[in-house]
Amino acid sequence: MGSTDTQVLAKRASESLITSNEEADRLPSLPEDLREHLSEHCTHYANRRVGLIWVMQQLQAYYGGWLPNRGISEASEIVGVARPEVEGVATFFNWFFRQPVGRNVIVMCDSISCYLGGCEKNLERLEQKLGITLGETTPDGEYTLLPIVCLGNCDKAPCMMVGDDLHSNLTPEMLDQIFEKSQASASGNTTASEVNK
Amino acid sequence: MTAEVKVLTKNFDLRTPGEPVFLEKYEANGGYEGFRKALKMTPAEVQQAVKDSALRGRGGAGFPTGMKWSFVPMDDFKGQKYLVCNCDEMEPGTFKDRALIQNDPHQLIEGMLIAAFGMQMTKGFIFVRLEYRFGSSILDKAIAEAEAKGYIGKNILGSGFDFHLETHLSAGRYICGEETALLNALEGKRANPRSKPPFPQIRGFLGQPTIVNNVETFSNLPHILANGAEWFKSLGLTGNAGTKIMGASGRLKTPGLWELPLGTPIREIMEEYGGGPSRSPWKCIIPGGLSTPFMMPEQFDTPMDYDTVGKEGSRMGTAGIIAFDEDDCMVAATANIMKFYARETCGFCTPCREGIPWIYQIVTAIAEGKGVPSDMQVLDEMSKHILHTFCAFAPGAQGPLLSAITKFRHEFDAKIAAANPTASSDPVVTHATHPEPAGV
Repeated sequence: MGSTDTQVLAKRASESLITSNEEADRLPSLPEDLREHLSEHCTHYANRRVGLIWVMQQLQAYYGGWLPNRGISEASEIVGVARPEVEGVATFFNWFFRQPVGRNVIVMCDSISCYLGGCEKNLERLEQKLGITLGETTPDGEYTLLPIVCLGNCDKAPCMMVGDDLHSNLTPEMLDQIFEKSQASASGNTTASEVNK
Repeated sequence: MTAEVKVLTKNFDLRTPGEPVFLEKYEANGGYEGFRKALKMTPAEVQQAVKDSALRGRGGAGFPTGMKWSFVPMDDFKGQKYLVCNCDEMEPGTFKDRALIQNDPHQLIEGMLIAAFGMQMTKGFIFVRLEYRFGSSILDKAIAEAEAKGYIGKNILGSGFDFHLETHLSAGRYICGEETALLNALEGKRANPRSKPPFPQIRGFLGQPTIVNNVETFSNLPHILANGAEWFKSLGLTGNAGTKIMGASGRLKTPGLWELPLGTPIREIMEEYGGGPSRSPWKCIIPGGLSTPFMMPEQFDTPMDYDTVGKEGSRMGTAGIIAFDEDDCMVAATANIMKFYARETCGFCTPCREGIPWIYQIVTAIAEGKGVPSDMQVLDEMSKHILHTFCAFAPGAQGPLLSAITKFRHEFDAKIAAANPTASSDPVVTHATHPEPAGV
């Protein structure tokens, strides 16, 4: 994807977090170049619907991590798929959010290898540290905490992802470090995960 | 001790830290030789070479790849055909595809090119789970390199063959790993499995002939083409062809990933490579990803291959061993396993959607000391009923469940005996009052 595309896709509806559907509705309409770019993507396939997931992912990013009602309508118009069908897709896949989420989504694996590695203790510490339980967002909008099934990193269990970053061989003490560090930095994002093995 | 045989992982040693093997190094170590050889053959010869190699699907089911391909319509069919790589690795205990795409992306691309040429498919997708977006970005870079070098695009290397390849980042859910559910997801639909027949080879992606193969399956193809079927068959120790990337996690000193010949004894993988038990002696293993039935220590000398593990009442699956030891409560472990299936059922078939969460609640109640004697009857019954479903998901849940309530019956019984049974003997009423556990 070229640099112009990247610029179009880097657009955001709002600098700050959008916390409700009503708030999303009050924002200006979708920028025309973004709408065109998303629509153009669908022309690459024999059926425009093949582009739906990607379009929804871009719209979710545009709205700061979740899909408000207007995002569902916009995806429906852009791709040419009925709104209830888009809603059906949005509520099926676990990486579409129909409610506001924090700037960083934390997913903590609780499948068998991480369970054997002690993920329950880690979760307890993290909940304590962030002051939220599974499914909740911190009041400052920084983190949403969710469970996830196997992250495919079982030899380094227990593990979790914070945004794009994979954290391996987790212990409660490491969680203390990770979240002190990221609270000190402005974005909370570090570099991409290291190459495996 | 069986030595590692580096075929699929031979380039892993060429990596510089933090950097996968990209095109220059890949080609310098024999990369794209297999594809160049394939281009000099006819598609039928390429298919025959794969059939002769006895390669079986590495995604878990172990279906012979050559036979799977043979149902794709060839000369008489002039429409669009699609090739799809399944990189939706989400089977707990399995982490081989992550390593393959993050370390040697061109090996997968070359494998897909060979398959595409062999079946004359001109469009391909690599379906990648969103959590592997780092790996997907590596694949994107490798695809761009291959395009620039003329391996992907129009009239590839002057052969007249065209192939377009792109990655598709999924939006999640384990069921997308089921090939027909994957095709629905790729089409922008809810990822419910489709009825078979028609099989994807006849009517797959957008109703066109489609082949879906796993990352590791494709990654074997360059080596089969370059070195021949006889060489490939000779790699296996017990009659199943090739190597397998075997993994081990759980109660081991040094969990990890090793490429070993098919047929390497399970005990060797666990002791020589996995470093032995990390705490107390082993109680059991799940041999190949969560959906495979438990195996006991007296079965640890079983060679890790499709046929022998099958004869032992389990399945090799993805060869991702999960080890449990004597201090692990198998009731609590089974509850954890059932939580996975309860969360990930796609909800299409009632026995799976309703039955598995029910099983999960019952097993959790027993584990927490709230079980009643009739619970075991319910589990016995339910483990049969959940098989009446559309796809292999519920049978996948039944594997560990049935083997747990058979092999660790005494642990379930002891938990129930220790609990104070409630007055009600109706398990439906009893468990309807259990609160829905978090995270499901």
